[in-house]
Amino acid sequence: MARMATRQRVVISTIGAWLFGFLIFFPILWMVLASFKTELEAFAIPPSFLFFQWTTENYAAVQERSDYFHHAMNSIIIAGGSTIIALLIAIPAAWSMAFAPTKRTKDILLWMLSTKMMPPVGVLVPIYLIFKTFGLLDSRIGLVFILCLGNLPIVIWMLFTYFKEIPRDILEAARMDGATIGRELVYVLTPMAIPGLASTLLLNLILAWNEAFWTLNLSTSYAAPLTTFIASYSSPEGLFWAKLSAASTLAIAPILVLGWFSQKQLVRGLTFGAVK
Amino acid sequence: MKHVLGAVCGASVLLAVPAMAETTLTIATVNNGDMIRMQGLTGEFTKKNPDIAVKWVTLEENVLRQRVTTDIATKGGQFDVLTIGTYEVPIWAKKGWLVPLANLGADYDVADLLPKIKDAVSADGKLYAAPFYGESSMVMYRTDLFEKAGLKMPEKPTWDFVIDAAKKLTDKSGGTYGICLRGKAGWGENMAFLSAMANSYGARWFDEKWEPQFNTPEWKTTLTTYVNLMKEAGPPGASSNGFNENLALFNAGKCAMWIDATVAASFVTNPKDSKVADKVGFALAPNTGLGKNANWLWAWNLAIPAGSKKTEAAEKFIAWATSKDYTKLVASKEGWANVPPGTRTSLYENPDYLKVAPFAKLTLASIDAADPNKPTVKPVPYVGVQYAAIPEFQGIGTQVGQQFSAALAGSTSVDAALSAAQSVTEREMKRAGYIK
Repeated sequence: MARMATRQRVVISTIGAWLFGFLIFFPILWMVLASFKTELEAFAIPPSFLFFQWTTENYAAVQERSDYFHHAMNSIIIAGGSTIIALLIAIPAAWSMAFAPTKRTKDILLWMLSTKMMPPVGVLVPIYLIFKTFGLLDSRIGLVFILCLGNLPIVIWMLFTYFKEIPRDILEAARMDGATIGRELVYVLTPMAIPGLASTLLLNLILAWNEAFWTLNLSTSYAAPLTTFIASYSSPEGLFWAKLSAASTLAIAPILVLGWFSQKQLVRGLTFGAVK
Repeated sequence: MKHVLGAVCGASVLLAVPAMAETTLTIATVNNGDMIRMQGLTGEFTKKNPDIAVKWVTLEENVLRQRVTTDIATKGGQFDVLTIGTYEVPIWAKKGWLVPLANLGADYDVADLLPKIKDAVSADGKLYAAPFYGESSMVMYRTDLFEKAGLKMPEKPTWDFVIDAAKKLTDKSGGTYGICLRGKAGWGENMAFLSAMANSYGARWFDEKWEPQFNTPEWKTTLTTYVNLMKEAGPPGASSNGFNENLALFNAGKCAMWIDATVAASFVTNPKDSKVADKVGFALAPNTGLGKNANWLWAWNLAIPAGSKKTEAAEKFIAWATSKDYTKLVASKEGWANVPPGTRTSLYENPDYLKVAPFAKLTLASIDAADPNKPTVKPVPYVGVQYAAIPEFQGIGTQVGQQFSAALAGSTSVDAALSAAQSVTEREMKRAGYIK
């Protein structure tokens, strides 16, 4: 009896979990489906779910109109570059705050987070002028730099909370054995924090990949990543849903695949503190 | 670690060096159908001008507006040709942000530009932008439904007729609504329609001394008529409908009438996109007998920002894209129905075009009926039919649009919306120093 009840609970919770998962995934599925419809069908009310005339004309139209690979390459360079640089800066910063705190550490952490509280448009003109002066407009390095700066507070915060979970005794033991700070960071701390680092890296990558304000405003064509590619497919005049869906599907595909393969790391990293 | 950092920075620097060759024009444009077609035909321009390469930045209208405004205000020099609306041209020309177009070539034929459109892109007698396509608004209606109800649409309908017909043609249980109008808040959304409608009722945004006029009976009549009409004969959820939503409704056969941009005519008569393609008739936007129709005037234009260092090549491109030859080029590649409309008189005298565009006559008549310098019955201090060409208008127009959209949704009353609109406009105009 008890076993049956347990089984029933497992079945119900499994169905519940699948339903919930489907609900979360539904908008993405809908977008993918819409990308295979004609413009008229994409707008049709009531909408058709699976039984419509499947077409790949939207993908052909998108490919004909814009250079997807150029934008995708820019996205990879900008998101990847900004993430790597942010991690290189954030690891030592988080280390010092976690293992060598001063009485001002908390204030510094809060101050860093406060930079995320201002809407970016508030500093658009000054940043634009700085970029213009240094010739950084429409350059990949400029975007790497600004996205790196934008995401640094979050990266430092995440790493700080992961590092806090690591017992200090282990680091002290390494020090007793004569390890320098650099060696301690590279050979002791980093391997132990790999799940945390991986999830920070992934999250930052996703944030940088999806960042639309700075990438749209500071690039024109040469450095324009996938966000600009998507922005060119919505239109206030005319039907555009199917083409926009095709462009969006193409834009999220790489990051979706990456997320899919690394979800184990991601989940482990996000629950890193919780299981202790 | 040092090596890794060095390598990353080095790689980024290497990747960041753009390829430089001949004169490369960067053109920013909205992504409407006609512009996308122009982008597709770039090869024809570069074939004629092998020393000029063209790079496109195609963005959605609002994103583009923000992007281009930031660049031009900071003299960023990122663009060589801009696509801007008739709203921006006089404001930017006055600020010295645009280069006057004086060398469009001997065969450009400026005199062929439609006079109203030419006025809209000129300041102090100089052309600051070249019109790429122009539009007004008009009534699109379902001939089959009108016939069935025994109604006949006059060529110049009055609001009384339109309101009466809308009520008669509404069949809510059958999913057909008498009239579809814009309701989504925004200076270029519901306020474009409502400002034009207000003009036909004799209302105006400001009097000669820049005093806001929402406390006048004309505005009250306009808004009351609009809200009541939409309640009785409009589709549900109209307060979130813009151009595209109404286009989808009309194409699906759910609207008996739709008053909107003349460019919609080619969409609703295209059998690929519309279920009612062969049952659409056109008429001028309604009036109340005061001498003004409820139609607007808009054009997308190509202009050169003052920060560009390639003005000569840019002007060559503009002359090409807005010339009579370009129209012929589009016609030869994609047919006459797809040429950019509303800019040149010669197009409306072309029998090939008139044959495939049954709406051409009405488009021209609508454009001719709108006067940006004298938009409404009483005199006004501003230029623009459905907007006032002052920098503050975008913000004010959108805030007022939100009030009117709320009145349509029923979350506020017409009176409350009008008084809120009045106080918002007064406050902004005082802040900007127009009134004390």
